[in-house]
Amino acid sequence: MATDLISESGGKSDFWQGVRLSMPVVVASAPFAVLFGALAVDNGFSVLEAFLMSALVYGGASQMVGIQLFGQHVAPWLVVLSIFAVNFRHVLYSAGIGRRIAHWPVISQALGYFILTDPQFAVAEARAQSGQTVGFAWYLGLGLPVYLFWIVESALGALFGKLIPDTHALGIDFLLPIYFLGLVMGFRKRPLWLPVVVASACASIVAYKTVGSPWHVSIGAIAGVLLAVILPPRHSGVEAKR
Amino acid sequence: MSTTFWIIIAGAIATYLTRIGGHLVISRFDHIHPRVEAGLNAVPAAVLTTLVAPELLNAGPAEWAALVVTAVVSLRGGLMAMFLAGAVVLILARQFVG
Repeated sequence: MATDLISESGGKSDFWQGVRLSMPVVVASAPFAVLFGALAVDNGFSVLEAFLMSALVYGGASQMVGIQLFGQHVAPWLVVLSIFAVNFRHVLYSAGIGRRIAHWPVISQALGYFILTDPQFAVAEARAQSGQTVGFAWYLGLGLPVYLFWIVESALGALFGKLIPDTHALGIDFLLPIYFLGLVMGFRKRPLWLPVVVASACASIVAYKTVGSPWHVSIGAIAGVLLAVILPPRHSGVEAKR
Repeated sequence: MSTTFWIIIAGAIATYLTRIGGHLVISRFDHIHPRVEAGLNAVPAAVLTTLVAPELLNAGPAEWAALVVTAVVSLRGGLMAMFLAGAVVLILARQFVG
């Protein structure tokens, strides 16, 4: 407990320790921030709107989905619903990290949840599991650089995006499917991954052909989730954890 | 205020609800039903798949090559490596097959 007190009072060094851990995330997310800014302008956003979306939503994949559907002139409430659907995974992060940061003041917790991204959750959860306290200063050191670079690079991408002459030759229009495929592949170690992907792919293609965009997103996603719910728990790998 | 502005505000609120909601709701239960947990586990792969699959219908040789390379690289590399590999293949292939 004495070490806890020291680390809590030594907030400054904790902060910089977090900043050090944030650097790989800053580097890895930079191209996507620039890409988002460029695509946002390409899909009809202004530079300020691209900056605002990065500053307020702060969720890469959901921002990409949002601007793509916006560019297809989908109804606004469906754009918002899609952002919600893509970000829904944060519910699990939120439930997991809650017990690690319950000792913070409420305002600090509220801010902590705002910057709860995939890497933020992964690194904080790893620290907690190694037996160390997840302090506010450390958590902020980890998250703040990623946030600041994200919004500045989004604005730069939006400014730069206007200067790209031939988006087809540069493949800008097809970079998102590649990026999303990369994210899908990133989850491949999860139980039921292949059946869920196959079910969602088939359902979304059929829905795309029949009902049309953007309903193929919701219909395809529901098909995959339902399959995971319906299959016996011994296949989904959640029973062993109980 | 423009429609875009309101989409951003509503999207931000919806996103914040997902980030704080799990703590507010799920932490009140002692344990989650295994089937619900299995469903929640499937959410990211299910949603993201629907953003790729329909693109296959309109994809030409360049796009197919890029997706295949992305998938193969993903077996070894990280997100950045597979994204860059896919993007490079796409740009190169489009120089030849348009």
